[in-house]
Amino acid sequence: MNAQATASHIGTTAPASTLLLAVDGVTVDFDGFKALNGFSLTLDRGTLRVLIGPNGAGKSTLCDAIIGRVRATSGRVIFKDQDITHLPEHEIVRRGICRKFQTPGVLPGLSVVDNLMIAAKRDRRWWSTFRHGVAAEEKARVADILETIGLADRAAAPAGHLAHGEKQWLEIGMVVATRADLLLLDEPTAGMGPAETSQTAALIRRLVGQHAVLVIDHDMSFLEQLDARVTVMHQGQFLKEGSVAAIRADADVAAVYLGRAKEDTHHG
Amino acid sequence: MDMSMRKGTPLSGPLAGVTLGRPMALSLAVVALAALAPWLVSAYELNLLARFLAMALLAMGLVLVWGQGGVLSLGQGVFFGLGGYAIAMHMKLAALGDGDLPDFMVWSGLDALPWWWVPFKSPLVAILGVVLVPGVVAALFSWAVFRRRVGGVYFALITQALALAFATLLISQQPSTGGFNGLTDFQTVMGVDLGTPAAAHGLYWLTLALVVGVFVALRALMTSRYGTLLRAIRDGENRIRFLGYDPTPFKVVAFTIGAVLAGLAGALFTLHAGVVSPALVGVVPSIEMVIWVAVGGRNSLAGAIAGTLAVNLAKDGVSSAFPDLWLYALGLVFVLVVTLLPGGLAGLVADAGGTTWGRRLKTLIMGEAK
Ligand SMILES: Nc1ncnc2c1ncn2[C@@H]1O[C@H](COP(=O)(O)OP(=O)(O)OP(=O)(O)O)[C@@H](O)[C@H]1O
Ligand SMILES: [Mg+2]
Repeated sequence: MNAQATASHIGTTAPASTLLLAVDGVTVDFDGFKALNGFSLTLDRGTLRVLIGPNGAGKSTLCDAIIGRVRATSGRVIFKDQDITHLPEHEIVRRGICRKFQTPGVLPGLSVVDNLMIAAKRDRRWWSTFRHGVAAEEKARVADILETIGLADRAAAPAGHLAHGEKQWLEIGMVVATRADLLLLDEPTAGMGPAETSQTAALIRRLVGQHAVLVIDHDMSFLEQLDARVTVMHQGQFLKEGSVAAIRADADVAAVYLGRAKEDTHHG
Repeated sequence: MDMSMRKGTPLSGPLAGVTLGRPMALSLAVVALAALAPWLVSAYELNLLARFLAMALLAMGLVLVWGQGGVLSLGQGVFFGLGGYAIAMHMKLAALGDGDLPDFMVWSGLDALPWWWVPFKSPLVAILGVVLVPGVVAALFSWAVFRRRVGGVYFALITQALALAFATLLISQQPSTGGFNGLTDFQTVMGVDLGTPAAAHGLYWLTLALVVGVFVALRALMTSRYGTLLRAIRDGENRIRFLGYDPTPFKVVAFTIGAVLAGLAGALFTLHAGVVSPALVGVVPSIEMVIWVAVGGRNSLAGAIAGTLAVNLAKDGVSSAFPDLWLYALGLVFVLVVTLLPGGLAGLVADAGGTTWGRRLKTLIMGEAK
């Protein structure tokens, strides 16, 4: 968010290679149903990628598999050149991945600022929490994020009292506050109006560079504002990758979405 | 946390950040009054009060475990019992000459002291045992359970099974535990005759001091980042996990502190009551302990103390007049609290702020709201 924090952030973790994440042939099997089926994807440091696909394509499951919420039946997830497929969730997060959930995952009983403080805490080992006081750097970061997400005047309010869009923003703020190198944003604009949606797009574009960001969304105007490479998945498999314009013009992609739409009307 | 929202005089030095407002003044007045109790009430009443204050230590532990941590334990009686038996074993042994056995062992035909009794000859081991035995048992047990991500109702049921097993074990091992009658008939502890008024007063003040100390310490813990994280884990364990924290140790620490306080409560209770027995540690007493806290307010330390005193005073009254009615009365109170008063007495006080009279009362107690 601020230049100084960014510099020290990159300074401490910059590796030789630019490859950050490699999802390598991951299959997730729910009792015979393959929500992910040999899916692969790579992501470079500081880049933005959009992931689309019809309902049930396996987008959320991909995030789950990366962060350890569900476990790959086969295949590997490589992050910063290390295999994280079987690490406990909190270990995966500590290595630099943080996720925004599809349904806002803020802590309703805690104040907005406490939500951010917990996310911003660098030392997440339990014994470090007995110390009173907060590092100045963490405080500054939280104040900075509060401004960015427009919740500075609601800092003391319980997160449960926020409007849906505000919760979405708070959770994006929390994910950013962790300083993770990879942010997974699952439908960050769900429940937002057009104005909020374009603000969110602008916010995400500002994050790119400091963080690699994987965004899942359906909203076409949002995708156009993000203007990033798009990966399309369908039935747990890779379908296409390209610019927003190329994907919009693609016949296979249209067929997948259209076929889905037809099915839906049949059901309806 | 909320102290700073109220009017008061900020202190400096090691107490910086603490505000000496009306709630603090009120607390000090209550403690001062409690300290004068030996001159204000009868010896019988003082003994009751001392027992109830000992139990309040356990209740405050449940605020941390259940209220803040969201972990319902129906097995606090086990830790209460471990503390009680640890001190009782020492007192049994201290009353004996060299090579003698406690009376009930002789009656059961034992000819040697069981090995696990031997260390409790030492007063130091007994005192350490009061906190370490429940603490270590709770830490190992809760770590094994929480790391498997067992929680909620399942955890409550496991702890209830633990209470049942513990009470059953104590009864079945009569020759070495005193069985159904437990351990009783002790006269002295650390060379002090428990029968004297001076000892009764001293033990009462010790208990009161521990209640005050634990209150202050737990409040500091609850307002630390540990406290924030514990509440966060209660409200969204997965969210916390996906922010890079391992919830297990946070819950283990809370549960262990709760057990240590239960052990301390059990030891003090045993000193005040002169007996510890399986009837005090099994399933029903463990559930009663949860009810004290439910009545007082599971997120309020002061509420937990008040709830413990209120329920036990009522128990003393009801069970001496109508012994058969107490369990029904308790069940009724529990149902009423859960359905009508989820915040307990503490919640009632907070809600009363909404009415005109309540607001006046609150202003009187808390000072002018900001
Ligand atoms: N725990 C689970 N057990 C069984 N099936 C599951 C589970 N989680 C997801 N699925 C199934 O896997 C498929 C992919 O689900 P996923 O949530 O990843 O889709 P998605 O692409 O995120 O869809 P949407 O756009 O609706 O969010 C769906 O058919 C879903 O029903
Ligand atoms: Mg989804």
